[in-house]
Amino acid sequence: MKTKENILLDIKDLHLWYRVYDGYLKVLNGVHLMVREGERIGLVGEAGCGKTTTMKSILQILPPGDFHIPQGQIFYKGQDVLKMSYKELQRLRSREIAMIFQDPTAALNPVFTIGTQIGDVIKYSSAFEENEHKEIIKEQSIKVLKEVYLPDPERILINYPFQLSGGMKQRVCIALCISSPRNLILADEPGTSLDVTIQDQIMRLLNGIVRKRNAAIILVTHSLGVAREMTDRIYVMYAGTIVETATPEVLFKNPVHPYTKGLLASVPKISGGGITKGIPGKLPSYLNPPSGCRFQPRCEQASPICSEKPPQLFEIEKDRLVACYLTQR
Amino acid sequence: MKQVTTNEILKIEKLKKYFHIGKNKQGPIYVKAVDGVDFNIKYGETLGLVGESGSGKSTIAYTVVGMYRPTSGQILFKGKNIGIEASKRPLPTKKEIQIVFQDPGSSLNPRQTVEQILALPFRIHTQIPKKQFREKMVELLEKVELSPDYLYKSPPSIGGGEKQMVAVARAIASEPLLIILDEPTSALDVSVQAKIINKLIELQNEMNLSYLFITHDLSLMRNVANRIAIMYLGKICEIADAVTFFKKPLHPYTQMLISSVPVITEEEENLKPKKVISTGEIPSPVNIPIGCSFHLRCPYKMPICSKVDPEMIEVSPGHTVRCHLFPKPGNK
Repeated sequence: MKTKENILLDIKDLHLWYRVYDGYLKVLNGVHLMVREGERIGLVGEAGCGKTTTMKSILQILPPGDFHIPQGQIFYKGQDVLKMSYKELQRLRSREIAMIFQDPTAALNPVFTIGTQIGDVIKYSSAFEENEHKEIIKEQSIKVLKEVYLPDPERILINYPFQLSGGMKQRVCIALCISSPRNLILADEPGTSLDVTIQDQIMRLLNGIVRKRNAAIILVTHSLGVAREMTDRIYVMYAGTIVETATPEVLFKNPVHPYTKGLLASVPKISGGGITKGIPGKLPSYLNPPSGCRFQPRCEQASPICSEKPPQLFEIEKDRLVACYLTQR
Repeated sequence: MKQVTTNEILKIEKLKKYFHIGKNKQGPIYVKAVDGVDFNIKYGETLGLVGESGSGKSTIAYTVVGMYRPTSGQILFKGKNIGIEASKRPLPTKKEIQIVFQDPGSSLNPRQTVEQILALPFRIHTQIPKKQFREKMVELLEKVELSPDYLYKSPPSIGGGEKQMVAVARAIASEPLLIILDEPTSALDVSVQAKIINKLIELQNEMNLSYLFITHDLSLMRNVANRIAIMYLGKICEIADAVTFFKKPLHPYTQMLISSVPVITEEEENLKPKKVISTGEIPSPVNIPIGCSFHLRCPYKMPICSKVDPEMIEVSPGHTVRCHLFPKPGNK
């Protein structure tokens, strides 16, 4: 594990609202997330808890005009992303941070060949600014396709996305994001739309690449098992707030937050032992979220203070933060 | 507790389902979705049918309920062959086999209220007078832990988990004997999944139902199924009871599947076979490889594998496997 103390990305108290007909959907409600250089971070949570919104807000690729950020900062290498100019943002997107999306079929443009799409990324990234020669770009494209273990890269360069299988397309997407040097990779559920054996291959590939290049990664997933096998530190998210963070060893052995406990108990295990009752209730409406802790309506250990004001993340050990009043008493 | 008897409720023999997709100089081209499958389900049992996408598991489900007519082979339900379209099946048979689909968002009509959705099985399959429909529906909703006011809601206004509960309620309305569950929870989160699975197990014990549970999630099957069957490219490669299945997986594909499951505890980690690492992808069912269909990805490949298709061999009682590594007794 090569984790340095240099902080690469630091999200501080991020709030984000989406504008809809009925008012504002208060989706993110105080997200704190910190990534050190070369660190592998897992962001887990159920569907609709704001994982993808958090990722997209880092790159500022949310639909323009539809969202509102009332408070919060996103520091990348000490610079606030929310205050960047368009030019600085483009630089950030093309040279510093890359993103892998959940559905590779939707992420690749269906009317361009794989070669054109990889070529464009190489052309507009810093490393090959002066060398726009076709041969150099092609050579580099083949090199990255080989790196993701795609057979017959010359042929794949002239293929269109529909000619490739789902697993191959996701490999192309990974190739796109490593075709120029990046410091941070945002992987938004890269294996979810694939079969288990293919997901396993993609995860091992991604892990190998991240380690080799010493890049930091934020792996967004709803599979706790994937997060456990792939990351150095895990953030658990519920309804737009981070409820707990710890290293995988600690988190899976000794979860503290009631939501994390319920989530872990719901995962079926291959060693058997049946399935627990799940978590009662459902995700709150973002239009009128509950006051105080957002998990309080579903929590069995809720007390009056929980509905008064939201609990803050509280450090109980080094790198182990929990947002629950149970730990602060 | 569940009572599993030895009587078979469903027996599938040499079932084949080919889809005609066009022709070339050599003749018509078929997608061989299901290519000779045998299995059975006993009364009160859950059989888990596991496979990757494109392995033909949903085709089996649709053939059993009668949405497709099998190309050849038999589907014996309570001893009678029902291998025909649902429209030609007798009504009592249709009443006794029901299905729950993967995505409740598209299996429930969004323009109907839950009341209208639940009324249909009562109208077709029962003699209950219309006046008692509402009373029966409220009972049905209670069974799946939904309040009576859900009757007046329509599917788009209720959450994914509740929608699937309505689909389950619709399936049990006609008091069936066999329910086919086609990935009922794969579109849902784990905490919601746990709730639905618990409900399904509870209903099974209450109504003595048999389940054909189709899924790609092996760890879920470990906790739900009595027996597990693994499918690969239209064929079953291993059937065993759920406990021995994870203790002693025999087929290389099964080992590959188990070793690919992401797990959350050390105990589970120790159960995973270490040697088999997944490589390659599932080939297209139009061009199934000659010989064993798995030989292209198999780490234990032998020369015979690319020539002869192995047969199903019973290695121990109730544990059958289709692989050349386990030759027929007395044929070495």
